[in-house]
Amino acid sequence: MAQPLPFVLNVPEIPEDHDREPSPYDESEVHDSFHQLIQEQSQCVAEEGLELRQRGLGAAAPGTSGGGRQALVGPEDAAAHSTATLRILASMPSRTIGRSRGAIISQYYNRTVRLRRRVSRPQLGGVGRSARPSLRLYDLELDPAALEEEEKRSLLVKELQSLTVAQRGHMLKGMPLGLAEKRSLREESRTLTGKHRERRGRRGLFPCCGWLRDTCVLALHGLGLWLLAGLHGLKPWRYALKRIGGQFGSSVLSYFLFLKTLLAFNALLLLPVLALVVGVQAAFPPPASPGPVPAFTGLELLTGGGRLTHTVMYYGYYSNSTLNPPCVPAPDGGQCGRETDGLPYNMPLAYLFTVGGAFFITCITLVYSMSHSFGESYRVGSTSGVHAITVFCSWDHKVTQRRASRLQHDNIRTHLKELLAEGQLRQGPRSVCGRLRQVAVLGLVWLLCLAITLGCTVAVYAFSELMIQVRAGSGRPPGLWAGGQTPASLGMGPRNLILKMVILGILCYHWLGRRVGALRDQCWENFVGQELYRLMVLDFIFILLDTLFGELVWRLISERKLKRKEKPEFDIAGNVLELIYGQTLTWLGVLFAPLLPAVQIIKLVFLFYIKKTSLMANCQAPRRPWLASHMSTVFISLLCFPSFLGAAVFLCYAVWQVKPSGTCGPFRTLDTMYEAGKVWVRRLEKAGPRVSWLPWVHRYLVENTFPVYLVSALLLAVIYLNIQVVKGQRKVICLLREQISNEGEDKIFLINKLHSVYEKKERSR
Amino acid sequence: MGNKQTVFTHEQLEAYQDCTFFTRKEIMRLFYRYQDLAPQLVPLDYTSCPDVKVPYELIGSMPELKDNPFRQRIAQVFSDDGDGHMTLDNFLDMFSVMSEMAPRDLKAYYAFKIYDFNDDGYICAWDLEQTVTKLTRGELSAEEVSLVCEKVLGEADGDHDGRLSLEDFQNMILRAPDFLSTFHIRI
Repeated sequence: MAQPLPFVLNVPEIPEDHDREPSPYDESEVHDSFHQLIQEQSQCVAEEGLELRQRGLGAAAPGTSGGGRQALVGPEDAAAHSTATLRILASMPSRTIGRSRGAIISQYYNRTVRLRRRVSRPQLGGVGRSARPSLRLYDLELDPAALEEEEKRSLLVKELQSLTVAQRGHMLKGMPLGLAEKRSLREESRTLTGKHRERRGRRGLFPCCGWLRDTCVLALHGLGLWLLAGLHGLKPWRYALKRIGGQFGSSVLSYFLFLKTLLAFNALLLLPVLALVVGVQAAFPPPASPGPVPAFTGLELLTGGGRLTHTVMYYGYYSNSTLNPPCVPAPDGGQCGRETDGLPYNMPLAYLFTVGGAFFITCITLVYSMSHSFGESYRVGSTSGVHAITVFCSWDHKVTQRRASRLQHDNIRTHLKELLAEGQLRQGPRSVCGRLRQVAVLGLVWLLCLAITLGCTVAVYAFSELMIQVRAGSGRPPGLWAGGQTPASLGMGPRNLILKMVILGILCYHWLGRRVGALRDQCWENFVGQELYRLMVLDFIFILLDTLFGELVWRLISERKLKRKEKPEFDIAGNVLELIYGQTLTWLGVLFAPLLPAVQIIKLVFLFYIKKTSLMANCQAPRRPWLASHMSTVFISLLCFPSFLGAAVFLCYAVWQVKPSGTCGPFRTLDTMYEAGKVWVRRLEKAGPRVSWLPWVHRYLVENTFPVYLVSALLLAVIYLNIQVVKGQRKVICLLREQISNEGEDKIFLINKLHSVYEKKERSR
Repeated sequence: MGNKQTVFTHEQLEAYQDCTFFTRKEIMRLFYRYQDLAPQLVPLDYTSCPDVKVPYELIGSMPELKDNPFRQRIAQVFSDDGDGHMTLDNFLDMFSVMSEMAPRDLKAYYAFKIYDFNDDGYICAWDLEQTVTKLTRGELSAEEVSLVCEKVLGEADGDHDGRLSLEDFQNMILRAPDFLSTFHIRI
């Protein structure tokens, strides 16, 4: 831990002091390592000391003392402090941070050294996260060979050029120096690299290796930059997002960013499926099914049936055999050989593994982005501090329109007033009755919503049972009842989500449990795929209606009839939950309708433009403060936990337990879809152990239960260790906070003592 | 990538790319924005590194900054002499720090300098009063302003010396995950 500095009083400048008899406070012997430092600092901030005094006089109120602690009789208060005192105060290390370039340079020198030596356990001060530059500053400043700024700079340059190119770029970009300064540092570190290269070339055994390595790294770096530039150019909707952010702020922008994220997820899901399943099947179409193929009418886009049933859209189209490229008869008129030139493509296997692999990749990406988002928004030991955060972090610099800017001013003012009022209220007596009343009302509303949910669930279940008994094959069950959509503007966000998820759960049970039995000799997978397609179309229609009525009509009503100038607020939570619902449908349906992610992508693109237009025309920004990064974490977690997890469970159950229909699809002869994989592994086994190691892996790692237990135990251990680490960090934070407070008191005590000493000296002169 | 521009040399553009968070295209776009502010003043050829400063009044009238209550402080912090007149380097630096790729520490450092109105290395109560007044456009009463300042100091001042040092400020920023999204200007 940092030791308090052996304090040095160096008062050589005032000549009169030498005549007086030495007092215990008047140490004329100076510690060598500080002498030069203090001289250097006092020389360059000599005017600063006087400037401080003048500016201190100009500044209004003195620093208010916190509570009953000692008041700081600082330079801002007393009119006449000796220049020696001021000089010493101005040379305190904490004052030089952030002001002198020398301090910044030495700080970054230390960081670079640490990076280069790769100190494994970072100091308690931390490397990147918690910035306590004063601790790190001691490394260089307390060096007996106290360095001039130029020497520090050359040390920094030398350290920089021993880093890799990427690390150097990263370090340079993060330095709080001016751009011209950074460019000269970069120039110098690059030229020195060139010189070193030459020296190494002459000495080394393999002189070309180092040069080759450098060239490769530089080339990769250039390629990376080029790719990044390309990606940035591809950034869709950059200008639209800028306008939305400028007019409505970060909160509404988070909805549109979430929409973009969902687009990325869908593209990630669609690409492997398109390449490995849909494309291949489209290139080698199966033999035409018996019976007439219905003609294409426009209604198929809404119902999902008809012509679309016999296309790559649905599961039933895919063949269950190994696809071979069409054989070309030999030029001498012979038959097609059994062994063709192209690679045989096992369709069932490809279908199973592609869908499984795409889900796995989506899972990893989701978990990674959720943990990244969580890591950004959660801090160990973060207490309220809400006033400070409101004052410093609540002004959204993205807002560029005058009206929106004024709205932001109003919002912040209201929020500050509310906080002050809350603070005062908390001091007053709180009535138990009032609190009980609040809790009771809240509980009642929740009970009501849960009752409605239960009622809807029972109704849905009863209706679906009825449809089975009415021989569902005769008519198309209307999907209207499955909507359960309540307009988002009712503001029932989370309860609405619960309702929808429960209804979806009922439907899934109904499909996999009952429909499979009822549609035994027909293609039940196609049916499920069509249901999900219809649900998606309905979802889109409902969102459109909701936008129309919730935003446009309400604005017209409030302007014409109610004569209010207020536009409706954009309901962020409700809209995001609608997006999550739509994405759940996609994930549920990708096994039975592989092109569903493409439909979702088209839907999301339309949604972006519709929502943007409606937003610009009809809405205003929300009034309540919106914690953008907390809410994005919540959205991504909601996307992961009920939504993706439910879809994964559904998929696993469908693959492992349900018997695929016997008349259509790539798994028509098997007992379960998973059996396709098992059959293949058995075939590999029969071919002999030299062919592949997969059967071994399958027998000992997948079918055996021991590895599962091992992995779970390891996971639990890791989680437990992390929890303990967090607990330990909390304790450390408390201790550090106490220490900071104590050091502050020490500092005030010493400064006051210093002032009193000099005052006594002045008076006794 | 085709290097058809004649404003910068190849090395200059590479240097800008390495020292800011912008790509080549964005740097050119920013240069044209800078040039549009003062077409007579800013030459179209920067290969000889001309010493050109665009006065603060023009910078402050940019659409991205004109409704920002802290625009003067932002311009002062990023300019060479603290007077708000910016060279191209200052301009690029400013938007690089305020872009979404800048790390938290860097943004916190500059935010501290922006809120330090009297430039003494600390955010004292007077600085806080200025900040709150600018935030609320002077619509809070003096009593409310001083109450707010007191609360802020009580929450964020770790060593109880009556003002916020850089460490106190950075410590507080760490607890505010929204800082990265609000301290961001899109250009």
